[in-house]
Amino acid sequence: MGAENNGNTGLGQICAERLQNGIIKENPTFILMLGMCPTLAVTTSAMNGVGMGLSTTVVLIMSNLMISLLRKIIPDGVRMPAFIVVVASFVTIIQFLMQGYFDDLYASLGLYIPLIVVNCIILGRAESYASKNPVIPSIFDGVGMGLGFTCGLTLIGIFRELLGAGQIFGAQVLPLADAAAGKAGFTPITIFVLAPGAFFVLSMLVAVMNVLRKRAEAKGKPLAPAQGCLAGDCGSCGNALCSGHLHSSEKKKEE
Amino acid sequence: MTELILTAIGAAIVNNVVLSQFLGICPFLGVSKKVDTAAGMGAAVIFVTSLAAFVTGMIYKFILAPADVTYLQTIVFIVVIAALVQFVEMFLKKFMHSLYESLGVYLPLITTNCAVLGVALNSVTYGYGILKTVVYGFSTAFGFFIAIVIMAGLREKIEYNDVPETFKGSAIVLVTAGLMSIAFFGFSGVI
Repeated sequence: MGAENNGNTGLGQICAERLQNGIIKENPTFILMLGMCPTLAVTTSAMNGVGMGLSTTVVLIMSNLMISLLRKIIPDGVRMPAFIVVVASFVTIIQFLMQGYFDDLYASLGLYIPLIVVNCIILGRAESYASKNPVIPSIFDGVGMGLGFTCGLTLIGIFRELLGAGQIFGAQVLPLADAAAGKAGFTPITIFVLAPGAFFVLSMLVAVMNVLRKRAEAKGKPLAPAQGCLAGDCGSCGNALCSGHLHSSEKKKEE
Repeated sequence: MTELILTAIGAAIVNNVVLSQFLGICPFLGVSKKVDTAAGMGAAVIFVTSLAAFVTGMIYKFILAPADVTYLQTIVFIVVIAALVQFVEMFLKKFMHSLYESLGVYLPLITTNCAVLGVALNSVTYGYGILKTVVYGFSTAFGFFIAIVIMAGLREKIEYNDVPETFKGSAIVLVTAGLMSIAFFGFSGVI
């Protein structure tokens, strides 16, 4: 992974590897467990999940592209503030585009669109990949990570929408029970589209991943470790701003 | 006055920042192992959020709005918040060292706490004035304080319980958060 391989592998191969890495090997939602704020907040329906996922993807691609282009120009000491400004600019652009063209979606995602700025995934990728690698692999890294995030959000959204309303993408999949007409059917478990449901779904997800992780370890093919807040200790999170790595360059100087 | 009190109760309890808006989940899960560290984190968030709400409110009212560049709000707010946190840290280190010792480690963690940016953006969206923005910021952060301290208290007790192997770590914490969220739902009729 990274720049050292560029000499002996083809560009196409690196790009394909980046895509696979983002969608499967280091899936931000399921494996790395990053970006939990939007994951919990917007996945009340599959459509919201897709909308949030895709807007994050666009921001991620654009910011990876920009930061990779500027990687030799941005001085190391001020790189975090520079990244934040780049990301915030693209988020603002996306915010206005959504307001203009997808007003319904924008209304239901609301505050969480500008909050893409503080999403760990974006600054994490900027710091760990785009600032060290050439432009084209960085773009594909953004595409892969973004699609991985979109898949994660959509799956969680489908799950919550199905249990909470018996619908998928707004279409009634499970016929509802109607006590008055004496019709048997599905009674929506409304709590799954409400706030507590988000916590329960995520806790199940973490538990399932714990089991899968153990199995993969037993087979001798361990999965990539979780990086986000769910890894247990916020301070150890390797992601840029999260753990106050804003200061990392200062600390290095002190040492 | 009544309006301010209602805003405060609404922000702190009814629409609790963590349990119903999912902002600041990261420190909520990460720094809630012990009650005293949780209280330290909560205090630092209260301090920074109130200050950030005031500063961003002023910037919006006196710079962004008159210059008609309100579309820059996200960019300006995040940069201001990041700079403010750094500044507060330097100030405390130099002039209030005892406070720095107790809050210092948490300060950098707060920059990416979505709650701080969320408060700044929300008060603009709701069209709050400066005073109301500060009250809103303070009470939102106070809601965070309540949630994280309760969570830390529960987690200290969970230590002694027999948690299933699979749920050890963050899974059981999330289940606990879900139950707390249900409890806080009970407040939704208050206002």
